[in-house]
Amino acid sequence: MARYLLSRLGQSLILLFIVSFIGFAVLTLAPGGPLSQFALSPGMTQEQIDKIASQMGLDRPVVVQYFDWLSHLVIGDWGTSYRDGQSVLHVIGSHLFATLLLMGTATVISVTLGSSIGIYSALRRGGAFDYTMTVFAMVALSIPTFWFGLIAIYIFSLNLGWLPAGNMYTVGDGSVLDYISHLIMPATVLALVDVAIWSRYMRTSTLNVVNQDFVRTAKAKGLTGRRVLFKHIVGNSLVPMITLAGLQLPMVLGGALVTETVFTWPGMGRLFLDSLGYSDYPVVMGLLMASAMLVLVGNLLADITVALIDPRIRLD
Amino acid sequence: MTDEKKNSAHLNRRQALMMMGAAGAALMTPMAIGRDKAFAANADATGQLVLAFSQEPTVFNPLMPHIEVDEGLYYAVYDTLFDFDPDGEFFPILAAEVPTVANGGISADGLNWTLKLKEGVTWHDGTPFTSEDVKFSLELTVDPDFRSFRSTGYKLMQDITVVSDTELTWTMSEPFAPMAAILASTYIVPKHVFDGVEDKNATILNTAPIGTGPFKFKNRMAGDHIELEANADYHMDGPFLKTLIIKYVPDLNVMYTQFKSGDIDVIGLQYITPDHLAEAEGLEGKEVTVAGTATFESIGLNMTRPQFQEKAVRQALYLAIDKTSIIDALYYGVPTPTETYMPQQSYYYNDDLPTHEFNIEKANALLDEAGWEMGSDGIRTKDGVRLYFSNSTTAGNHLREQAQQFIQQTFAMIGVEMTIKNFPPAVMWGDYWMNSEFDTVVVGLNTLAGADPDTSDYFMSTMSPALGGSGQNTFAYQNPKVDELLTAGAQNFVPEERKAIYEEMQAVIREDLPFLPMFQYAVVKGWKDDVTGPTPNVNNRIDSWNVRDWKRT
Repeated sequence: MARYLLSRLGQSLILLFIVSFIGFAVLTLAPGGPLSQFALSPGMTQEQIDKIASQMGLDRPVVVQYFDWLSHLVIGDWGTSYRDGQSVLHVIGSHLFATLLLMGTATVISVTLGSSIGIYSALRRGGAFDYTMTVFAMVALSIPTFWFGLIAIYIFSLNLGWLPAGNMYTVGDGSVLDYISHLIMPATVLALVDVAIWSRYMRTSTLNVVNQDFVRTAKAKGLTGRRVLFKHIVGNSLVPMITLAGLQLPMVLGGALVTETVFTWPGMGRLFLDSLGYSDYPVVMGLLMASAMLVLVGNLLADITVALIDPRIRLD
Repeated sequence: MTDEKKNSAHLNRRQALMMMGAAGAALMTPMAIGRDKAFAANADATGQLVLAFSQEPTVFNPLMPHIEVDEGLYYAVYDTLFDFDPDGEFFPILAAEVPTVANGGISADGLNWTLKLKEGVTWHDGTPFTSEDVKFSLELTVDPDFRSFRSTGYKLMQDITVVSDTELTWTMSEPFAPMAAILASTYIVPKHVFDGVEDKNATILNTAPIGTGPFKFKNRMAGDHIELEANADYHMDGPFLKTLIIKYVPDLNVMYTQFKSGDIDVIGLQYITPDHLAEAEGLEGKEVTVAGTATFESIGLNMTRPQFQEKAVRQALYLAIDKTSIIDALYYGVPTPTETYMPQQSYYYNDDLPTHEFNIEKANALLDEAGWEMGSDGIRTKDGVRLYFSNSTTAGNHLREQAQQFIQQTFAMIGVEMTIKNFPPAVMWGDYWMNSEFDTVVVGLNTLAGADPDTSDYFMSTMSPALGGSGQNTFAYQNPKVDELLTAGAQNFVPEERKAIYEEMQAVIREDLPFLPMFQYAVVKGWKDDVTGPTPNVNNRIDSWNVRDWKRT
């Protein structure tokens, strides 16, 4: 196990290095750059732009900039945002809570609801519920989130006036109830698609298990339906879901760009897009590295958990 | 529609004049009383107001490189020495009076300036504001260690001398009339926060700005909003709001929805999209108004290209643009047609320029007369030069892309072939634009700095990078008469004389047509009807220029 972990760590470091190199190259070679937004400002001159560029070190060769950035990253200095002058870790941290709140809620809803629907559909395969849910999943997967979010706002905020039309909380209020009322719509909109995805995966995975010999044996032993379901079917059908959950981790922390935009939610998705728009290299690179790390960690955790749960799998 | 607009603009100007008189009187009063800042109005500040922008203000030090939306915050937290009112007249803020040649603040040759400041002004942290702060701010703009936004004008200032706590003087290395307009957009920063700081780019101003403005910075929720509270010690009348929230709403549809639902009190930068104008005007409890901006849309020509050497060609092209259809069909009639780069609200606007007409016959006749013969392919040619060129603008700007197709069709009717070649913004407005690598462009430009009419940067022949200069004359326009007028205008400090100079210049440019003027942009602004104060001001970059006066009733 220790050897396995060590070799995974080694692979991960190499991967991170490659990711950082490609990310940095793509970012800096793209036309524009962090100073292009000032080009059309009244009274701006090329001379002034060149001066600012040299003060920021942007006039150095890209390779030099890259290794400068990398050498700082290695010692834990993620750099400073061009946009607001704060440290990159602070910038990411200040958006993390909003994203965790929204994505966490949505994930809890979608995993519990999606899994339940999936298992139930599989057990009653071809029944009315199964068909209804299949249709629901198709519809949910096809609706553009942006449109769905706006429709929800139109109905529940503008017409009925039940829920706020976005934002994470009311400035000056910020009570738990206030947060919850703001959370309902975006979390539901976001969960809708995930429920569909999770229920489809869970349904397939359960179907694979339902017809296995050990399930038949369990039934033949005379176990109750409930016991067969929870002890033998669910446990086994969840194993592939763990890998899926591991892949989900970076998404949970990465934020949901579209939903965050529609509901003016100050999360990581918006941060990434805004930082890209302003060519805020340090923040974009920071987010890129963070999500690359999360992908690696998520995969590793999933592999370890599966190995712990499923005795047929050994990590060597 | 057009006539109606003109009338209302006229009325507005008159109203604005009257308002100005009233504002002037109001401003005089506190000074006459003895500059006592203990005005009761501050204590009455009540209520909360949410002002929304579609971009996020993030740069809090106003002397560092920033964008338009950041100034939305500066007007609340910081003060300038003086500023422009909607009519383009100066009014004092931190200055006791605006220096002019008439009041002796500027010497007749424009070289020696004396600036007197108000007494008893304090920074938000309680430190007294003095002329040392002004000197420091002005010098910071040219400090080699500081990442300064601008140095134009400031680098001409020499020997900035503190005479007393409320007076300073300096000498200009050459007369430069636009200096006053530059000062009007220079926010003064506190010297004491830079004391003992090693890196001037990393002071507390970046995260918790301290100014002398009507509102104090309270906190920022990154990616969401900034909360400001009334400055009870403000040195002018106001503020009248207890809390001001600057809210960031990234999507314009969402922003409009939140305005409708009442989550937003004042809809700011990028505003209500023109397609929502009709609906917005019918909203209950909302005030919606169309306001001109200083940006004008035009077809810019690259004057180094052989196709555009003849005036007849440029005039024919202008005749072949169906402006009215473009404005009405694509822009919902919101912008106003224009013949010049100068905003119609400006004091320096020349309203005597010949009016554009859409006339294909006349355009064809003009080209026939000039000897441009129609080829077998339907394209005119003269001396081996075909009337063929490309037109570029920002890819993804749908309105402009449709306008291009419109123009392409009408140009074809006069034997001109125009192809469309668009690029993403970073490419379009990079070297392609700066070094005049285009044939023609569709561009929205604001050539003015505040209300000052000087546009040397854009029209002086020495300001074209393609011709070896370093400014923004990307049309590569060269006319000795224009150069002469620009030079004279920049050295003249008498508004009436300058008006004559710049009106003549607009006439010359209208005749030359280095760009084919289309329209002056207008935006649809909106606020709840219990809010008073928001006033369009074409001379400032953003709405909160008078946020100190905003109230809720």
